[in-house]
Amino acid sequence: MNAFPLVRLLPVDTSFQFIRMRVGAFILSLVMILGSVGAFFAFGLNLGIDFRGGTVIALSTAPEPADLGEIRTALSDLNLGDVQVQEFGGPSDVLVRVAMVDVATAERVTGQPVEDFEAAQQAARRAVQAVLNEALANVEYLSVEVVGPQVSGELVVAGTTAVIVALFLMLLYIWFRFEWQFSVGAVLALIHDVVLTIGFFAVTQLEFNLPTIAAILTIVGYSMNDTVVVYDRIREMFRKYKTKPTPEVLDIAINATLSRTILTSGTTLVAIVSMAVIGGPALEGFALALIWGVAIGTYYSIFVAAPLLTLTGVKRDSGEDDGARVHAG
Amino acid sequence: MLYFPPWKTVLILAVILIGFLFTLPNFVPESVRYDESGRAQGAWSVLPNQTVNLGLDLQGGSHLVFQVDLDEVRQDRLSNLQDDVRSLFRRTPPILSAPPAVIEDRVVVRLTDPEDMSRALQRLDEINERVTGTGGQAGTARTLRIQGDPDGRTITIQITDAELDSIRQRTVRQSISVIRRRIDGMGTTEPVIARQGDDRVLVQVPGESDPQRIIELVGTTARMTFHMVESGVDVGSDCRARTPPGIVIYPSDDPNEPCLAVQRRALVTGEQLNTAGQSFDENGQPVVAFTFNQSGARAFGEATSRNVGRRFAVVLDDVIITAPVIRSAILGGSGIIQGNFTVRSATDLATMIGAGALPARLTPIEERTVGASQGQDSIERGQIAILIGFGLVIVFMWLAYGYFGIVSTAALITNVFMLLGALSGLQATLTLPGIAGIVLTIGMAVDANVLIYERIREEWRNGRTLASAIENGYNHALSAILDANITTFVAAAVLYMMGAGPVRGFAVTLGIGIVTSVFTAFVFSRLIIATWLRVMRPKSLPM
Repeated sequence: MNAFPLVRLLPVDTSFQFIRMRVGAFILSLVMILGSVGAFFAFGLNLGIDFRGGTVIALSTAPEPADLGEIRTALSDLNLGDVQVQEFGGPSDVLVRVAMVDVATAERVTGQPVEDFEAAQQAARRAVQAVLNEALANVEYLSVEVVGPQVSGELVVAGTTAVIVALFLMLLYIWFRFEWQFSVGAVLALIHDVVLTIGFFAVTQLEFNLPTIAAILTIVGYSMNDTVVVYDRIREMFRKYKTKPTPEVLDIAINATLSRTILTSGTTLVAIVSMAVIGGPALEGFALALIWGVAIGTYYSIFVAAPLLTLTGVKRDSGEDDGARVHAG
Repeated sequence: MLYFPPWKTVLILAVILIGFLFTLPNFVPESVRYDESGRAQGAWSVLPNQTVNLGLDLQGGSHLVFQVDLDEVRQDRLSNLQDDVRSLFRRTPPILSAPPAVIEDRVVVRLTDPEDMSRALQRLDEINERVTGTGGQAGTARTLRIQGDPDGRTITIQITDAELDSIRQRTVRQSISVIRRRIDGMGTTEPVIARQGDDRVLVQVPGESDPQRIIELVGTTARMTFHMVESGVDVGSDCRARTPPGIVIYPSDDPNEPCLAVQRRALVTGEQLNTAGQSFDENGQPVVAFTFNQSGARAFGEATSRNVGRRFAVVLDDVIITAPVIRSAILGGSGIIQGNFTVRSATDLATMIGAGALPARLTPIEERTVGASQGQDSIERGQIAILIGFGLVIVFMWLAYGYFGIVSTAALITNVFMLLGALSGLQATLTLPGIAGIVLTIGMAVDANVLIYERIREEWRNGRTLASAIENGYNHALSAILDANITTFVAAAVLYMMGAGPVRGFAVTLGIGIVTSVFTAFVFSRLIIATWLRVMRPKSLPM
């Protein structure tokens, strides 16, 4: 009958007492949130080219390894202001970042009149490439990006709007889906995820770019769904065990969804880890953000979301109708 | 719910088959699908034959966004208006006034005699035309708002919003068609030239790794004119000497002769050109060869026959390219421009003047170029990441659910094929973040299966029969599956609407992936399990 040996990756019946750990979890979450806010104000975000504008050039000196010092010296003669030279990927791959330059600087390095702030960025890119062509015997440009002040300004607005609109729609969904005691937990889940992800970027100083916004929204969507699954089960358990005390019912519900929560997080994590390891430097920051997000989303739905209900209090008999609507049958 | 009527089974399998068919072209080399002339051959002329559309970050190429400078166009329109007012007032019987002036966005003219007000307004009405609509037809709105001020002497003329809008539409449309002709002249395959927003033009050229070439080709106005040189006029040591009326000083490309004084009025303009191409002169130097149209040939013939022995200047965007001496009248309507050219710069110049001048200045405001090797590298890494992620998820599911894990593997494979099929069929663009979206979808797609299996296990432990446990498992898991996917779909939809380029590619794969994963997990895997139940008649739950 069984073509496969019955491998039990996870125990069938668990009865962890998550509610008893709630104080620790609340403190941990609070510390992480405060730490994130602190890190954001202390270190700031390492905004990438999409939001800050400027020039990013990825080049390869293959087959020889790149001499970063040589490139730095050559570029520092240009005196362009904020220029970063770093290795990325392999030993012969170099990333050169140039912050936006003003018109006067652009005119100085090119020796030609420059029309406006937008044209200055193009001029800076040309000057940098000219220097690199001269300094390096063998150079292949892997990618060259120049984003002017207008576009970067618009991308900041678009990125912020995207996050706000998405959060608003999620709130609408929560409002439609839950009674208020549950809503508090779900809304806090949103705040928890967004704040901690931003904190993650502040602490690691990974580049914060347009794909990062995509990562944040994906994390929010993912973690919202984790929380919804747990809350759904809680409502169902409240109907089933009418006389049991609330903390006990909450524990039963968390344990009932535990293997699902862990399995889904597990498969999602292994997929993203393969993306982080193999996907190359272009996807690294994106993948790391997702890994972090899935981890904190899972943590929140197990350790914080349900225990929060002991604080907000749940009207157990009124929840019945709502629950019945969702789980007919 | 576990009973599938035959039509339903057929429908489900048909949907999957269609998904596979749309995916198939991605695994068949182009030479098999298309004949030499690029047409689908054999069975491929009936079957779907398009592969996934790779974004520039994957296939390599240049992506540029240009801002169309409309301020300049509006300023031109205002100074023309100023000239119009001046000549209207000069017509007999003349209307006396102070010279009309351009003040910010309006032309202001002050009459000497307030008595002339109504006569002036009447005359000005002649130039107040109807706005041309997008189809070229005359609309109802007027181009100008002409107002006599309450002081009885001042007249203010403004360009109406309708006319400004029409100017903007026209300028951007003309720019796009000029750019298209220029880029086509480069001989690249499948460039994208499209309007973006109100006053921007997006130019994407796959395979071009030198954005500077595109910037020069697109960002050059290429207004070419021919002028007579005034050799008697002193240009001064810094080329800034005061010139008599009708004479201007233009800088020159020639280092021995930094500038020349020429007549302001052009003999012929680039609009009177018929064709232009790159060629070689008798010394083997690259040159631009051109032919005039009839009116250009006549004008140029007359001018050259009257001015033998003098010089004329070929001026491109207010810079003199060359200023040869006229040896004899040029009557054939064709000629060459000699200058300091390489083959490529001569080709590009010929392309630009042949395609016509741009109606406005275009400034690059965003530039992203990816080398072809980098794109290929990303594709390879992406494929490996997808395969490994896929393998790990399958192993994970087998370990957790044994036999049912295989069902979810089948669902997952179908899911990836349908996702690729949808991307190919819809011709959505696959970007690097899009590949990340596929990997993420693979990881999350099993969630629906997990929810169902967990539920089935639970129902089975609660003592239901196998069929009823499975039936209940599916029914109970539905709302959670929908919840899970709605929230992620909301995130994908918002990203699609707000995002640009690569991020949009992520939103597309994530969004399509959600739809295909719900289908495969909830519909397809249920069909498998229902069939398994019917055929094997198992007595216990094999997980």
